[in-house]
Amino acid sequence: MNRKVLLAMIGLLCMGFLLLAGCSKKNTEQSSNATEEKAAAPAPAATPIDPNTVATVNGTVKMDGTAPKPAKIDMSQDPACKGTNNAETIVADNGKLANVFVYVKDGLGSRTFDVPSQAVTIDQQGCKYHPHILGVMAGQNIEIKNDDQTTHNIHPTPQDNREWNESQPPQAAPIEKSFSREEIMLPVKCNQHPWMRMYINVVKSPFYAVTDSSGKYEIKGLPPGDYTLAFVQEKLGEQDQKITVAAKDSKTVDMTFKQQ
Amino acid sequence: MYRVEDGRPRPSLPIKGVLLKGLSTPYNRGLHRFATILACWTFLLIIAGALVTSNDAGLSVPDWPTSFGSLYKIPHMVGGVRFEHTHRMIAQMAGLLTIILAIWTWRADKRRWMKYLGLGALGTVIAQGVLGGLTVLFYLPPPISSAHAALAQTFFCLTVAIALFTGPRWVEEVPQVDPDVHRPTLITLSLLSIFVLYVQLILGAMFRHHGMSWWPHVLNALVVAIVLTWTAIRALSLYSRIQAVRRPAILLLALLIAQLCLGFLAFLTRVSWGHDAVQPELPMVISTVAHVAVGALLLATAVILAIQVWRHVPISMEEPLARRTHTPVPA
Repeated sequence: MNRKVLLAMIGLLCMGFLLLAGCSKKNTEQSSNATEEKAAAPAPAATPIDPNTVATVNGTVKMDGTAPKPAKIDMSQDPACKGTNNAETIVADNGKLANVFVYVKDGLGSRTFDVPSQAVTIDQQGCKYHPHILGVMAGQNIEIKNDDQTTHNIHPTPQDNREWNESQPPQAAPIEKSFSREEIMLPVKCNQHPWMRMYINVVKSPFYAVTDSSGKYEIKGLPPGDYTLAFVQEKLGEQDQKITVAAKDSKTVDMTFKQQ
Repeated sequence: MYRVEDGRPRPSLPIKGVLLKGLSTPYNRGLHRFATILACWTFLLIIAGALVTSNDAGLSVPDWPTSFGSLYKIPHMVGGVRFEHTHRMIAQMAGLLTIILAIWTWRADKRRWMKYLGLGALGTVIAQGVLGGLTVLFYLPPPISSAHAALAQTFFCLTVAIALFTGPRWVEEVPQVDPDVHRPTLITLSLLSIFVLYVQLILGAMFRHHGMSWWPHVLNALVVAIVLTWTAIRALSLYSRIQAVRRPAILLLALLIAQLCLGFLAFLTRVSWGHDAVQPELPMVISTVAHVAVGALLLATAVILAIQVWRHVPISMEEPLARRTHTPVPA
């Protein structure tokens, strides 16, 4: 009786482990199948835009007041992470704010756009993500590379898209992923190096830009119309601006964020 | 329950008949030491688990039950992996020790309830392993992560109780008994202490795993402080002659004070100063891990106190009997 009980328990334990291992594998297979299905689904035809009428919107994003000193990151827990590293929560040079995502939030109506066949790249280098803020169209491929001599894990934590978590050893082949739903400031982190954080912005149109180190941005090819332009900063939040662009217009729209 | 029939205050006296269950097995030094080692190992496991959460390393090894595809290979122990994989290795050893303990108890202990307690510990550690796996596979959902945290301390209490039940004092000594005539009874207060501590554990785990705000945990800390102080003071003021009750009551008070201080520190380092931190900072890690560890000790001490109160301070039926005696009997 005693022996039977023990044998049954050990058997159940082994079965449980095998079952969970199987579940885990199945999940991965299902998710890759789902990605393939999405890739295979035919995209709706893009709404034609007259190239002779398109406008350009550009400008500078500034920050009112003194930007906080970037926090120093301690990377000593992994010897492969060399060099200095500062937090990129707010990057401002002489009041010019970098890493602000600017996109046409409203006004495009039911227009559809071709998804670029070219992938955008995220590079893990010096235990940092490059770029820190990324814009991508829904369904567009993202190629994730690891140039470090250490293993990273890439873990997006979306609200509206599917969450995943994959590790990537040094010299491993790039990981290709895409997100199917629009989502702004989708956080991506590495659980092995907890300071590593970036944001992906998934949008439906190609009308977006990220401000450079001098706070400048430019959005090209916008058809004439009334739009809401959104400026999103990971810490300072979102500010919107209503604009009207005429045919062949070159409009300057600046924005200033106040320190919270 | 124990009846006081003469209505007079009773001195502490050994009662042989009440707890003879404890005498029905010979003391097994090896088993007791092994159970104590398992309890200490489980405490280490709780600290290792707390380090994983405080260092935000819960998903640094993305697969389970394998680690980076292997069941036995030790990965490069850097960054979050050293916390997560160390936790997994300590947990595997705890599982193995529990299997040995369950088999040993089943074979060596003559008390049937102890045999089932050993099996219960084994079932708990298996459930705990599965919860740990599920929380990795489903990307740390707050309810599963919190259940994993709560079951960890439940398992710790079980191992501490097994160590107590296999100890020489429990097995060989005739317990000193002092019936409880007060209301609420000390056993009620002791059980209430366990209950409020368990609620506190769940609230704390939910906050720690991003499933809830911090304020229910802080608010309940006040309730915990009141109930535990009441219990400890009652135990010390009325039953301090009984060493088995006095010791856990003193420890309960000391740990409560330490835990309140650590809770305040953890709040400062994590909620007030650390909410914008770009990475887990050392003061936050130390204070939160210490808060979890002392919390586990506090819960285990409350469990020991309740067990010892159940053994040494049985509920007296004096008042109900007296009332019954004075009730006029209809002709």
